[in-house]
Amino acid sequence: MYSEKVMDHFSNPRNVGTIENADGIGEVGNPTCGDMMTFNIRVEDNKLTDIKFKTFGCVAAIAVSSMVSDMAKGKTLDEARAITKKAVADSLDGLPKEKMHCSNLGAQALAKAIKDYEENKLGKPKASEEEPHEPGVTAQEKEQDIRCTECKALNPINAKFCMSCGKKLRD
Amino acid sequence: MNRVYMDHAAATPVRRRVLDAMLPYFDREFGNPSTVYDMGSKVKQVVEGQREKVAELIGAKPGEIIFTSSGAEANNLAIKGVAFARQKKGDHLVISSIEHHSVLNSARFLERMGFEVAFLAVDKYGLVEPERLMEAIRPETILVSIMHANNEIGTIEPISEISSVCRENGVVFHTDGVATVGNIPVKVDKLGVDLLSLSGVSLGAPKGIGALYFRDRIRLMPLIHGGIQERGRRAGTENVPAIVGLGKALELAAEELANGVNGSRVREMRNTLVSGVQERIEHSKHTGHPEKRLPGHASFCFEAIEGEALLFMLSQGGVYANTGSACASKALKTSPVLAAIGIPPEVAQGSIVFTMNGSNRIEEVEYVLEKLPPAVERLRSFSPVWKKSMAA
Repeated sequence: MYSEKVMDHFSNPRNVGTIENADGIGEVGNPTCGDMMTFNIRVEDNKLTDIKFKTFGCVAAIAVSSMVSDMAKGKTLDEARAITKKAVADSLDGLPKEKMHCSNLGAQALAKAIKDYEENKLGKPKASEEEPHEPGVTAQEKEQDIRCTECKALNPINAKFCMSCGKKLRD
Repeated sequence: MNRVYMDHAAATPVRRRVLDAMLPYFDREFGNPSTVYDMGSKVKQVVEGQREKVAELIGAKPGEIIFTSSGAEANNLAIKGVAFARQKKGDHLVISSIEHHSVLNSARFLERMGFEVAFLAVDKYGLVEPERLMEAIRPETILVSIMHANNEIGTIEPISEISSVCRENGVVFHTDGVATVGNIPVKVDKLGVDLLSLSGVSLGAPKGIGALYFRDRIRLMPLIHGGIQERGRRAGTENVPAIVGLGKALELAAEELANGVNGSRVREMRNTLVSGVQERIEHSKHTGHPEKRLPGHASFCFEAIEGEALLFMLSQGGVYANTGSACASKALKTSPVLAAIGIPPEVAQGSIVFTMNGSNRIEEVEYVLEKLPPAVERLRSFSPVWKKSMAA
């Protein structure tokens, strides 16, 4: 089901923990929907000198957090923000289709931490209500799941039919 | 210890004696039971012999057994087959809110076909209260389906009380016995059920075989049309080796139940596991009924971690179990069973289910008790939800 790389990052996750007096903190998801990630970052000279994460979630969620933290460490803020969910999934040698949303969460949590740093440490004006930059994700797709009107089951955002009862979710 | 397998509800190895009984029907006795010459009629007799055996073991008549491809098919046939056969009498069904997906989604399918379905709430142990069922039954109710025992939380339902309510109201009653047949004594008359589904997958029979008992006066609309196999109620050439395997596995299970060879030992192992987990892991919840439950079934929720991750971590230590976590289901959906017994979704994420049978040993339980607490602790150390304040 999972690649060796995923299992490696799950079994020996890199950069687990928190940073005392972190320069930026990003949190996405919530335990109710199954995944929650927090990223703490240390920034020096516009570079991510340290990253720590904590994740509540499945194998994929933990491996993604670990991989994102690894990929972003030492990068400039712009470089780190440009990490896409696809790049994360590719670096893990792929993820099962139904777990792809986890890779999005990892990049999102990091982007949020960077935004938090820019707003609170650099004093950048809060850029409206806009979510942090997420490559390839439109505003309508922010929601992780859509609920079936028929049986109330949660389905992945791109599902055309309810995975539980088969009702058509969209045209 | 290389491997401790405690997911017997999901699959069991085919037992040696079962396999031996099946083997001749793959090559030597391969005839089609529907053919008229001796090669076929001989096999036909074998199938009918197994039908008699399965019937006898659950206290039924041979003509009341239909072989199916699985427990899921048996459930589909029961729910849809009865609903379509009785739709002139009414269009209302009652099922519990903790039914297996094969019952639940059959009922949802019927809703889309114009039937009405009432989903009966359960108490915090997962028990259906017969009084509530009484309130849910209406003049147009044609079928009630309440599972015998729940696969996820192990709770055994008060089936004979429920069946009395149905009988008094003239409603057909089906129970999903996939989790119970072979694990605890099951007799259809004692339970008072009109239909009962069973499967071989957790009994040491091969995958791909199940059966439906239906009381002989019950009308059933077939799902699979074609030839007149299973007296016209299910077309398709019989899966003879699997039918033989199911018969043999049920026979062995019945023998073991009768002489009590495994029962008390399995129960004891279960109790050791439950009390061990409760002692060693804080913020854990034993789900389901503490006593009215399947003998080898232990289920828990651990706060602040997710079940799929726990399963993988345990499997690295050679321990195999199951979970009701949303992340482990392809639909990424929280277990409706855990929701129905009032477990909050974030706690339901940390669900784990151990199902043991007579092949397990107490040393294996001790091994699990050695591996489980550090795995939970490690995942909690990754978890932003696990706060120091939660620790005792």
